[in-house]
Amino acid sequence: MHIAAPPSRTTLVPVVALSVVLAASAVVAIGLGTAVVSPGDTARYLWSGFTGGIIRAEETTQYQIIWQIRTPRVLLAVIVGAGLSVVGVAIQALVRNALADPFILGVSSGASVGAVVVSVFGVLAVFGVFAVSAGAFLGALGATFLVYLISYSRMGVLPLRLVLTGVAMSFGFQAVMSVIIYLAPSSEATSTVLFWSMGSFGAATWGALPVVAVAVVGGTVVLRRFGRPLDVLTLGDETASSLGVDASSVRRGLFVLTAVMTGAMVAVSGAIGFVGLVIPHIVRIVLGAAHHRVLAVAPLVGAIFMVWVDLASRTLVAPRELPLGVITALVGVPVFITLMRRKAYLFGSR
Amino acid sequence: MDLRLDAVSVRVDGTDLVRELSLDVGHEQVVGLVGPNGSGKSTALRCVYRALKPTTGSVWIGKDDLQSLSLRRSAQAVAALTQESGSDLDFTVEEIVALGRTPHLRGNEPLSYRERELCRQAMEQLDITHLAGRGVLELSGGERQRVLVARALVQEPRVLVLDEPTNHLDIRHQIELLSLLKGSGLTVLVVLHDLNLAAAACDRLGVLAEGRLVVSGSPPEVLTPALIRDVFGVEATIVPHPLTGDPQLLYTLAPDPGHSPGRPPADSISSSPSSAPERQRKTA
Repeated sequence: MHIAAPPSRTTLVPVVALSVVLAASAVVAIGLGTAVVSPGDTARYLWSGFTGGIIRAEETTQYQIIWQIRTPRVLLAVIVGAGLSVVGVAIQALVRNALADPFILGVSSGASVGAVVVSVFGVLAVFGVFAVSAGAFLGALGATFLVYLISYSRMGVLPLRLVLTGVAMSFGFQAVMSVIIYLAPSSEATSTVLFWSMGSFGAATWGALPVVAVAVVGGTVVLRRFGRPLDVLTLGDETASSLGVDASSVRRGLFVLTAVMTGAMVAVSGAIGFVGLVIPHIVRIVLGAAHHRVLAVAPLVGAIFMVWVDLASRTLVAPRELPLGVITALVGVPVFITLMRRKAYLFGSR
Repeated sequence: MDLRLDAVSVRVDGTDLVRELSLDVGHEQVVGLVGPNGSGKSTALRCVYRALKPTTGSVWIGKDDLQSLSLRRSAQAVAALTQESGSDLDFTVEEIVALGRTPHLRGNEPLSYRERELCRQAMEQLDITHLAGRGVLELSGGERQRVLVARALVQEPRVLVLDEPTNHLDIRHQIELLSLLKGSGLTVLVVLHDLNLAAAACDRLGVLAEGRLVVSGSPPEVLTPALIRDVFGVEATIVPHPLTGDPQLLYTLAPDPGHSPGRPPADSISSSPSSAPERQRKTA
């Protein structure tokens, strides 16, 4: 007879191993691109960048590429990959649906509307270069709360109702966006929409990193504390109350949290599909369902995955970039299907 | 620790699901709630495990009004087996059982040695030790039901409420579960459909119809042919169990024509079991 080991022991090894892989992946990815820099040099430049150390004069151009362009981009990939995976885990438990992803509540289409409104009508000028991001963030939050309000009933917020409302409202937001673009046919609006619906790290700068980093890291820390309540939520709301967990209030609180996290990510990188849907499942297939484990490991797996996806996106057909969503799907689908078939993965009823 | 429902009414969307239900479950007693479908049994139980708030009236655990306790505090005293059958995610059996400790733990705090021992004992009691590492989603309905009962026991409640716990169980596990309830030293309120098992397992029975308590008392007091006919709309002969003396029902398969459950025609009490439909069926 074996009893589950304490969580610290079961997750420590994968967490340490994956952290090492993540650090190595990031250094390699920062070094690769049109100008290839060896991992050793990359590490040296990064060290100089973080510590304000000295580099030789002839290395300035390489240093600029590494530190000013590639490092923020790869760091953004790390943050967004981790964030989307964590939010995906939480959302799937909150709405009790295996098909849910961070954008299920109309976040991405709401963000697109916000971004298009800003770029077409030029509102939010106070935010300067971040105006479009701010518009996307507000649009994402606005959409989430609208969906939440509409699906609210006297019985509380029922998960399936929330999902259906989110799907329906997404179509609504897309229609609004199309109308705006149709009435103001500037190429800028069209490319804005493309950016927000396909996702890209091309706009990454050091200035854009802190907000999203704080949102994702802070949000992940809070979500991890809700490991057991999330476990309980998947047993059903009535069972949850019999176990002392108020499903409605947990759901409400975590929705606000995940909406802010997703909004912050969408504002800087657009809506990168598939990661938040599939990484949670892949981690569950390997580690089992318990959230304290999944929430510790999923962000690392998501971050590693995203770093490599971004590398592929900017190097495969350089100098052009492939949309991230294309690569996440091309790589993720076969991995997911293979794992699912091998481990007889179950979600919900048979 | 006794459980007391005091004039509990539940009204949802203008429909009275439970009306003025008062019921005492004495310390370490097993009380069964029986009644036809839609008579308010599950709704009454929901008020006890806090999935519903009574519209009026109150539920008392010992000297505490449940509504005055935090959800966590009341879950430390009351465990429930609901009709929700399992999980969306493929937790292992021992993980599900361990979730029974939720109201006693803070956040992700791991189980102590004593608590893991408690889980082991509960799984042994429910005959699911061999399933410990299996995913709950691959279990049969009966196996899953036993996992959920083990989870409720691990909660170390003083009051246990169960909504049709014998669902999906084979006869051996039905008998084992009800014997376990009887000898558990817990105060138990249980909804059962099988009246014979209810009569054997419960100290007292409460009969609900259309949200009202029709009668409550010991099984022999409650289970009479007239009551069965009035409440369930079926004919039954009641005989004492040859060994235990518990009342046992033998049913007759011929409902009165035009007799709707719960709403007996005015003369149904006096009319004898009619033989006309029986004859018609034989010739048909």
